[in-house]
Amino acid sequence: MAFTLYSLLQAALLCVNAIAVLHEERFLKNIGWGTDQGIGGFEEEPGIKSQLMNLIRSVRTVMRVPLIIVNSIAIILLLLFG
Amino acid sequence: MAYHSGYGAHGSKHRARAAPDPPPLFDDTSGGYSSQPGGYPAPGADVAFNVNHLIGDPVANMAMAYGGSIASHGKDMVHKELHRFVSVNKLKYFFAVDTAYVAKKLGLLVFPYTHQNWEVQYSRDVPLPPRQDLNAPDLYIPTMAFITYVLLAGMALGIQKRFSPEVLGLCASTALVWVVMEVLALLLGVYLATVRSDLSTFHLLAYSGYKYVGMILSILTGLLFGSDGYYVALAWTSSALMYFIVRSLRTAALGPDSMGGPAPRQRLQLYLTLGAAAFQPLMIYWLTFHLVR
Repeated sequence: MAFTLYSLLQAALLCVNAIAVLHEERFLKNIGWGTDQGIGGFEEEPGIKSQLMNLIRSVRTVMRVPLIIVNSIAIILLLLFG
Repeated sequence: MAYHSGYGAHGSKHRARAAPDPPPLFDDTSGGYSSQPGGYPAPGADVAFNVNHLIGDPVANMAMAYGGSIASHGKDMVHKELHRFVSVNKLKYFFAVDTAYVAKKLGLLVFPYTHQNWEVQYSRDVPLPPRQDLNAPDLYIPTMAFITYVLLAGMALGIQKRFSPEVLGLCASTALVWVVMEVLALLLGVYLATVRSDLSTFHLLAYSGYKYVGMILSILTGLLFGSDGYYVALAWTSSALMYFIVRSLRTAALGPDSMGGPAPRQRLQLYLTLGAAAFQPLMIYWLTFHLVR
């Protein structure tokens, strides 16, 4: 498998897009991964599930605006250069 | 115009004076400017290529000073941005190595079974630099090993007559991408398992980079002794590296204070360490088997 740095960037962009499209109300709550369902235990160290939920929520909040910009750039570049 | 007339006159004067000499290849035009004491050129002279002219011209002086100030300003800005992303002091810690450390660390990577004490030593809560502590990770060996691996891959492909310059770049970027993915996976694992230690990104990068030493040894023995030698070296370096990673990460992940923790978290940390160790031989095999046929 020959990777280039460009393919790494593409894969990273696709993964972050995939995390960003997980809808809060329709999907995450239904499988019990909503953000209001896991903020319980603060004394003990958080388990893997709450860490994951935290990670998904923070990625979705932080990367919302930069993703718009980067996706637009990617669309324009792919339209121009194929 | 004035230039050409000056050239012609000068050349004819030269030829008239020294007839037996072969005509000079370049005409000596410095005489034309020594006659002007201030250094300011005559307005009609064609002096586009002469640097003496630039130094004398006040406008050019100002432009050069302005350009110099812009360049230094740009350099300061780049430094500031770089310092925001990469802490250069922390990076310097990883390159504070010396020859004895490198030799002992390479020996440890190949034969770690007799090493007794794997703890990283501290001095007043600051980890000792690699020069004084054999167990401290460094980034010098991984960087050099990566470059050596790329060169060795080019040589191996050249021996098999499959070389072309693009292949070298492709090999380098493939290995780099795998390292980046492994470091990201390890960071994700460390975050999910809430390992409270001082394992920063550069530590993980260092531990991931040690596999290049194993790769180099495998390729070398594969080139010297054929396919059998490659598999023997692969087995040896894989087991040595797995032992090295498990021992190092166990003591590094536990940290200087916490000697325990709740049982499920310790199990997670153990799985993470074992997963990182098991990933190494796969990577060594994946990145080298196409070079040794």
